[in-house]
Amino acid sequence: MEMLLPIVLTLLAAALSPLLRHISGRWGGWIASVLPAGLFVFFLSQLPTVQAGGERTFSVTWIPSLGISLAFRLDGLSLLFALLIAGVGTLVVIYAGGYLGGHPHRGRFYAFLFLFMSSMLGVVLADNLFLLFVFWELTSVASFLLIGFSHEKEEARRSALQALLITGLGGLAMMAGFILIAIAGGTSEVSELLSRGDLLRSHELYLPALLLLLLGAFTKSAQAPFHFWLPGAMAAPAPVSAYLHSATMVKAGVYLLARLNPALGGTDEWHYLLTLAGGATMVIGALLAGPQTDLKRLLGYSTVSALGMLVMLIGLSTDLAAKAALVFLVVHSLYKAALFMVAGTIDHETGTRDVRQLHGLMRVMPFTAIAAVLAALSMTGFPPLLGFIGKELMYEAKMQAPSASLFLLIAGVLANAVNIAVAILSGMRPFIGRGKHHPAQAHEGTLTLWLGPLILGLSGLLLGLFPDLIGIPLIEPAVRSVRAEHVDVDLALWHGINPVLLLSILTIVVGVVLYLLRHRARDASARLRVPELLLPGGVYRRMIAALPAFSGRLVGVIHNGNLRSYLFTIITVFLILAARTFVDLADWPVLSRLGDVEFYSVGLVVLMIAATLMVVASRTRLAAVAALGVLGFGIAALYVIYSAPDLAITQILVETLTVVIFLFVIRHLPRFGERSPRPTQFRDGVIAVLSGTMVALFSLKASGVQMDSAISSYFAENSVPAAYGRNVVNVILVDFRALDTLGEATVLAVAAIGVYAMIKLRKHHGRRAG
Amino acid sequence: MHVLLAILSGILFAAGVWLILRRSLARLVLGLILLSQAANLVIFTSGGLHRAAPPIVGENATALEAPYADPLPQALILTAIVISFGLFAFFLVLIKRAHQETGTDDIDAMSEVET
Repeated sequence: MEMLLPIVLTLLAAALSPLLRHISGRWGGWIASVLPAGLFVFFLSQLPTVQAGGERTFSVTWIPSLGISLAFRLDGLSLLFALLIAGVGTLVVIYAGGYLGGHPHRGRFYAFLFLFMSSMLGVVLADNLFLLFVFWELTSVASFLLIGFSHEKEEARRSALQALLITGLGGLAMMAGFILIAIAGGTSEVSELLSRGDLLRSHELYLPALLLLLLGAFTKSAQAPFHFWLPGAMAAPAPVSAYLHSATMVKAGVYLLARLNPALGGTDEWHYLLTLAGGATMVIGALLAGPQTDLKRLLGYSTVSALGMLVMLIGLSTDLAAKAALVFLVVHSLYKAALFMVAGTIDHETGTRDVRQLHGLMRVMPFTAIAAVLAALSMTGFPPLLGFIGKELMYEAKMQAPSASLFLLIAGVLANAVNIAVAILSGMRPFIGRGKHHPAQAHEGTLTLWLGPLILGLSGLLLGLFPDLIGIPLIEPAVRSVRAEHVDVDLALWHGINPVLLLSILTIVVGVVLYLLRHRARDASARLRVPELLLPGGVYRRMIAALPAFSGRLVGVIHNGNLRSYLFTIITVFLILAARTFVDLADWPVLSRLGDVEFYSVGLVVLMIAATLMVVASRTRLAAVAALGVLGFGIAALYVIYSAPDLAITQILVETLTVVIFLFVIRHLPRFGERSPRPTQFRDGVIAVLSGTMVALFSLKASGVQMDSAISSYFAENSVPAAYGRNVVNVILVDFRALDTLGEATVLAVAAIGVYAMIKLRKHHGRRAG
Repeated sequence: MHVLLAILSGILFAAGVWLILRRSLARLVLGLILLSQAANLVIFTSGGLHRAAPPIVGENATALEAPYADPLPQALILTAIVISFGLFAFFLVLIKRAHQETGTDDIDAMSEVET
């Protein structure tokens, strides 16, 4: 039960958040932070259980017929993510209080933020694939609302929609993947699936399921070529970027891959797809970050790069790589959330996010500066910060990679070096140098604005100095979840002088050189500009722009407003499908039944055929209606001959009325004449003859099917004892199926009202017109 | 007799399809009527043809005595006849109104008329 509580409480907080707008902005943040802080403490209290190898579960049946239950489970991996969500969440909520200040819609903002927090907790705690999917999509919805928070700006709306479309489409693909996995594994419970890895990996559905699932994970975690939505999402307010688009939501894809690693991982497909996509994203993100001058976009692209590293590490599928991935995940969440908040503060206080304009803020914003520098140092992987340990582990994992280790190392050094340049540019340079003129008079932000980043920056330092604080209690159980076996985690700053240390030093040197050469690099990349249309973002925009025109044309073709073309399509499809079905139907009946034909029946049928042709061919309206009457009475006669007196009576009544109404109407209409051109007539004729033939054959086939209707005999036996009626057809209509008959009577009444209204309406109309 | 009735249903259906593909609204209605007659006939025929055995329980009996005509398709067709009558009555008056408003019973011409 306690597993459900965090999710429900946060959801409740979302519902109550709008009330916060009555409270002053700064205090609103503090008050709202009580919940995530409480959750953080709650999850901390679960540490001993999880560390001892235990886990907490909670399950209630939801849709038993589909084997779907509301199952939640807290193990090492979930706990690591839950702590990040609640911990970073607390600081972000406090920060948002100061950042939004007296914003009129701050209550709404907290509502969206808590909605997100609740669904993100749901994602990491869910133990059922479909439950996970629901929460997964909820995070997309919350992200859409938060990116578009400044909905009066067109860019915010466009970016929000872009993020929603891309992660939403990926989510749908993932859903299909989940269904395939549930089919292959025979269950949708995640914990069950984890123990059926061999079954899943050898199943024929493995590859399609994997591909679909990766679509979901890659879109969510902004892997190339879907990376472009993440820099676009920088249109969101800074707290959102700090929370969703660096620390938590974008890591949902990484979470999913880590979570399902024991079930799906370890194959060649897994290894190559993940390392390739992750490696490419790592390099592309770094390359795209280089030329940016906007503080948030700079950080956004470096987040893309970091997400690539995480996916690549999971793809390596070694114990070491899993360890490196989880440590780096924590490292990145800490420093990137801090840097995004710092970027927001700088924007807030100076009025610009252009790194070229920012100088000498150290003097005016000392606390923010300390936080930023600590975070940036962790990002560069400088000892003794936690980032150093993360980077060392990453290099070690790449060196011991099962294949292509040299290639991975080179790509890794390159990407890390660019990220170091980004760290210097975004986290240090704005603060050094002499004070410069900024659009707004810069001064230190309030406590709420620098507390969060400072705590995050300091934790990077603290955890670097005492890595055992998280190593054994947190990382070890999480690695156990990913690898499905115990792996010793022993984090240390100093490993002696070894190739890994040399690589770290090399990376920092290259990074600093890149930073110094950034102007040239920017010029070079400006000259090397790839045509926008070739980039995934350009392709996306073109597709979005072409969509209305495409659907317009499609509607024009399908829904063209021409009744005959609809009918023509319907009849043709019917013909094709019916022809296909004929093959499977019963045998042809014995034609000897033709024997019991009487001369009067033959005469009747011949007369009716003549009447039908008359209806079709007649140019005189009266003749057509008369022929229709002959036909109707002929059918009534057939009913009489073949023992259906009720049908005959009804048919005669209805036929008479129909002819009378027809005569009443038809004298107002123009003469019948053929209006279609000859080729159309020919086409229609062919279709008509084919349909007629089909129906005749169908009727014959149906006669061959021996119907043994239990329903009919029930009526035949119970008509007198149960309903006291001797005419069985009557009894069926007014007793056994009386409710249907009531519906039928209602239809007739509605039709009668309609007829009456149309005649009445004409009179009024005529009077007014006259 | 099945064969004969099957042929009749086929001809009715073909004529119906031909008529609903015409441009005149009145002929469209004629076509619909023929189609519904054809459908009724197909159901009736496939239910089995029995002469002089209406589904009516005799004076001294408590249940129908075989052979008897199947009451189920008859009940279905009876419903169909009545419902289609409602439909046609409504449709015919609608045509009349449409003709008064637009001055034509040509479906194509009608879609171009502003009302």
